[in-house]
Amino acid sequence: MNKIFLIIRREYLVRVKKKSFIIMTILAPILMASLIIVPVFLANQDQQNRLIAVSEDDTKYSSKINDTDNINFEIITEDESEKIRKNLTDSPYYAILDIKNDTFTLFASQQIGLNIRNSIQNQLEKIIEREKLKQAGIDIKIIENSKTKINIETKIIDAKGEVTDSNTEASIGIGFITGILIYMFIFMYGTMVMRGVIEEKTNRIVEIIISSVKPFQLMMGKIIGVALVGLTQFILWILLTIIISSFAELFLIDAAEISNNTDTINQSLILDEITKLTGGIDLIKIFFCFIFFFLFGYLMYSALFAAVGSAVDAEADTQQFVLPITIPLILAFILIQPVMDNPDGTLAFWLSMNPLTSPVIMMVRLPFGVDIWELVLSMVLLILGFIITTYLAAKIYRTGILMYGKKISYKELWKWLTYKG
Amino acid sequence: MKKGILLSVEDVIKKYGDYTALNKVNISVPKSSIYGLLGPNGAGKTTLMRIINQITAPDHGTIIFNGEKLNKNHIKDIGYLPEERGLYKKMKVGEQALYLAQLKGMSYHEAKEKLKYWFEKLEITHWWSKRVEELSKGMAQKIQFVVTVIHKPELLIFDEPFSGFDPINAAIIRKEILQLRDNGTTIILSTHRMESVEEICDHIALINDSKTILEGPIEKIKEDFQPNTYEVSLDTNNLVSSNQFKILSHDKNTYKIKINEGFLVKQTIDIINKEHKILSFKKDSASVEEIFIKSIKDE
Repeated sequence: MNKIFLIIRREYLVRVKKKSFIIMTILAPILMASLIIVPVFLANQDQQNRLIAVSEDDTKYSSKINDTDNINFEIITEDESEKIRKNLTDSPYYAILDIKNDTFTLFASQQIGLNIRNSIQNQLEKIIEREKLKQAGIDIKIIENSKTKINIETKIIDAKGEVTDSNTEASIGIGFITGILIYMFIFMYGTMVMRGVIEEKTNRIVEIIISSVKPFQLMMGKIIGVALVGLTQFILWILLTIIISSFAELFLIDAAEISNNTDTINQSLILDEITKLTGGIDLIKIFFCFIFFFLFGYLMYSALFAAVGSAVDAEADTQQFVLPITIPLILAFILIQPVMDNPDGTLAFWLSMNPLTSPVIMMVRLPFGVDIWELVLSMVLLILGFIITTYLAAKIYRTGILMYGKKISYKELWKWLTYKG
Repeated sequence: MKKGILLSVEDVIKKYGDYTALNKVNISVPKSSIYGLLGPNGAGKTTLMRIINQITAPDHGTIIFNGEKLNKNHIKDIGYLPEERGLYKKMKVGEQALYLAQLKGMSYHEAKEKLKYWFEKLEITHWWSKRVEELSKGMAQKIQFVVTVIHKPELLIFDEPFSGFDPINAAIIRKEILQLRDNGTTIILSTHRMESVEEICDHIALINDSKTILEGPIEKIKEDFQPNTYEVSLDTNNLVSSNQFKILSHDKNTYKIKINEGFLVKQTIDIINKEHKILSFKKDSASVEEIFIKSIKDE
């Protein structure tokens, strides 16, 4: 037991100390955080109040222009306009809207934001539209009353009759993201295990090691070591993403904006947003299921990847064996969409029971709500799948790591399963 | 001096599918000896060594180590330097040596202390924090040698220990191996270098085609292989065979003769001495190489 611990420690430390690991671990959260923060930041940026001067030879439009959420209009005379135009930068105005003979011009000292231009344009268009409708003798009230907008609320009633909010979009989002993450992680870390095995084999260190430890210990040590690397990376990603986005939020988002929402002043805007979006979905349950399905899905697949690594002499030869292993995984990936269309259907059920596809498919189904017995059964089957594949993989591994310079066929692999340890 | 047997392999059979790698192999290795394991490529030597190391299990047969059936507890008593050996290229030498020593069951401090001793002995202390990829093949071999012997096992198994060494370093390693033997360690050595076998082995076993075809103390094998042959140098070149001896070959004034059954060396010398002047007369012994080639051809 002590020896497997030594192996796990080496496999873990060697990978965690690698430059590529450190860079990936830091870079990914920055990307993730910027994905979260940039839209919030931009949305916030637009809400900055702009003061726009309006100068018109008449009052045809200027009398009807209304302030919007973030644009205030101030009517000035043409003389004033002339004056300000000479030194717009120092004036309190962001821009001057000049209206002459039904032509509209915006003067500004910098490029005008598209939002502001569109907002003003829409307002003017509406003013003209209404004017035309009036002239045609149509009552504007009728048109306004006929405008309709509905929003179907979806709620879930559980077995006890309790009603919770449901959010199909959020379910799709979470199911999709977690499913794809599991698919990616299994691939990434499974390949990492395979490379490690090939490295040991081509380095010829493997025989030195297995004269002191059992091949199974070496294989499991490597698999567990890499799993810990994966978990470390995953947890660091989450922590760093939270830290970075909180900091970014503090620095980038207007203090004024925050003080506007005094009731939420101590609460992170982003967390607030996320909670609002995912209301009704048990994120903690999803998090723990994610860890479970990632871990066991990875353990099962990486045993197979290790077996492939042991059977070949170089990474270039792995193709023919990697493909059949990854087909179920790729299939699960492709079937995410149909499963989402009917998360409680037969296809979804069986795919989430089959250990080869369940890690991806169960994560897709979870946000839509899965019966507890299904979840537990799927977990038990996955653990069983892990034990069986590891047992078979260990047999191939044991023989494979000591075979050099031989082209390996499936028939050969089958024979290895029957050799006595 | 009667020595005890440290390891005996009895009737071991190992099959890989239809292929028989070992077919009823028997060897017994005396304590504190250097035991040469010889045989052509593919004879089954590596499989035998792997079985002794418990890397694979035999299909049939028993292995007795120190009077007990070979079991897991013996792993720490056996050190193995495989023919196909390497190291993690990216790891530092010291770190890696510590790791491998700890895998053999040594504590961190014990391993560090012993490694220091060996690194100083082989004058490689300054390699400690180099990466393995910076070392030459011969340098890496030295590290592998050190980690094989570090835990002071009772039995050491070396598969081609001299390959990759220049003559100077090969001599250093040879010296270390002999010293280990003198300190009581038993050594099984497999090599294709017949001259090293002659120099350092006490016992040999010849394995061919999955079977042991010769086994025993090296002197006895030589004697059995070519009994009663002698090399005689004369001042003339007109020696002829008689009923006492037969000339096997000659090169100028030097003859290889075989004394026929029932005659003594002394009688033969006397007979030759009557007509010729003997410059030298010595027991002719076949080289291990000759024995190796001939035995395999005869099979």
